[in-house]
Amino acid sequence: MIGKLVIETKGLRKTFISKEKGGKKEVQAVKGIDLTVNKGEIFGFLGPNGAGKSTTQKMLSTLLHPTSGVAKVLGYDLATQQEQIRQNIGCVSQAGGADLYSTGVQNLVLQAQLYGIDAVAAKKYAAEFVERFQMTSFIDRPAISYSGGQKRRLDITLGMIHHPQLLLLDEPTSGLDPQSRAYLWGEIKKLQAEGVTIFLTTQYMDEADKLCDTIAIIDNGKIIVTGTPEELKSSVGGDTIVFSFQSEETARDAEALLTGKVGTERVQTVNSSVHLTIKDGEKKMPDLLRSLDAKNLEAQGVTLSRPSLDGVFLKYTGRSLREDGAK
Amino acid sequence: MKMKLLNDTKLMFIRNMQHTLRSPVFVFASMFQPLMYLLLFMPLLKGLGAVPGFSQGITVDIFIPGLLVLQALFGTAFVGFSLIDDIRSGVIERFLVSPVKRPAILLGRVLRDAVVLLLQCILITLVAIPFGLNVNIYGFLLSLLLYALIGITMASVSYGFALIFKIEDPLAPTLNTITLPLSLLSGIILPLALAPIWLQDLAKINPFSYAVNATRALFTGNFQNIGIVEGFVVISALAIVVFLWGLRSLKKMAS
Repeated sequence: MIGKLVIETKGLRKTFISKEKGGKKEVQAVKGIDLTVNKGEIFGFLGPNGAGKSTTQKMLSTLLHPTSGVAKVLGYDLATQQEQIRQNIGCVSQAGGADLYSTGVQNLVLQAQLYGIDAVAAKKYAAEFVERFQMTSFIDRPAISYSGGQKRRLDITLGMIHHPQLLLLDEPTSGLDPQSRAYLWGEIKKLQAEGVTIFLTTQYMDEADKLCDTIAIIDNGKIIVTGTPEELKSSVGGDTIVFSFQSEETARDAEALLTGKVGTERVQTVNSSVHLTIKDGEKKMPDLLRSLDAKNLEAQGVTLSRPSLDGVFLKYTGRSLREDGAK
Repeated sequence: MKMKLLNDTKLMFIRNMQHTLRSPVFVFASMFQPLMYLLLFMPLLKGLGAVPGFSQGITVDIFIPGLLVLQALFGTAFVGFSLIDDIRSGVIERFLVSPVKRPAILLGRVLRDAVVLLLQCILITLVAIPFGLNVNIYGFLLSLLLYALIGITMASVSYGFALIFKIEDPLAPTLNTITLPLSLLSGIILPLALAPIWLQDLAKINPFSYAVNATRALFTGNFQNIGIVEGFVVISALAIVVFLWGLRSLKKMAS
């Protein structure tokens, strides 16, 4: 019934009307998004805060009505078959959604019942997930007493309890310590192995890189580029080498020398450093250093970095995701 | 479909009741105000003597039904704060992305509020008996239905505004602005027979005046009084309209 495509959108758009001094103002949160998510993949929606990630996810989960555009989720039409979509997807919002004054078990059992599962089966499902996510030690306490990682595990289990075919996760690891993040990544991978398709939003490049099969980079309400992490990184064109020098003058001379060396693209002086993009940087570095030495242009330091999604973001938007993400 | 609404409402009612039972002290805390009126204000009324319209003065039989209307108004007016908690923690959003019937989300709350209110009304009435309250038992049971409807109305108002504001700050002043004139204009604290004509006219458009008249007739077992029917018609209609308005606010959250 579903076929290969789990999510398919065309021209999905959301415009909010905000009231401000001097009248109403339109805010275009999502400006026409086309995307396809294949069955069984982890699809990452990567972008800075305010890019339109959550708004898109809320539209896909039937929480927001699109201003225009069409979408199919699990083969159901977003405009007319919301009940079927709700029944068959799992959704974990950024806030999480656990009821803090109830225990984890009460949360899980009620959630299952809301999806039409009877009380006996609901308790069985809850017990299975508690065991699987190693929540036994805390699950009978009210959720308000949980640590960040424990609460997040409960949130994600709430999204999973009715065994949906598609799980939407909005920034699942934001604010977690590295250990909890690694644990959740492992669990998300396991869910994928069981055949669940996962759509997740994130502002962390390492998360998108490690976890996702396909990444769509979104900025300012538009998808800028889509591809596998490898495709995206290789589209940047190679490694980045940064030579730092004593003075800007020396750096300029080095820039002149390095420009035109075999394999170099984009050589640029920033203050007293020279940044260059080069294929196979590791192999070519000794040669570059020798040529600099030959002209008495002594480098004070050298760093080599592999292509990264940050580089991809920089290439397509002219901004660094890290700077935006820190806001 | 009807079964699902019923079942979802039951689930939501139980969930909300569990929350109330977790801190039962609040059920009693919100009875403090009517008990204070009973202990510290009612004796004052007796001293007023014969007031036009109340030939025996304001007796406990007249005062208590009104006091319970007051409890129905103020006891449920601030339930919206608990909803803001649920909005902030993402619980409402989680319910909205589930297939749960939307009316069940609100019904489960207002029904819980009505049950809590009825418990309070029964306790206050029991406390009033040593003060000389004579109440017709059938009239009292019918009055409880009317109090429940008032509670559902005020709870829906409270939830409706909570869903619109989504933060606490504007909620309390808004609810006070609504409840205070409603209670003053319903002749609960002092009979409207004392009021100038313009105030009496104003009171006639206050739906809760009808509730006060109806329950006063019910408490004394005066079942022929047309005010009883008027009270039920006015408050039932109001409860339905306000509940639907609250439901609209809930659905608007997802738009």
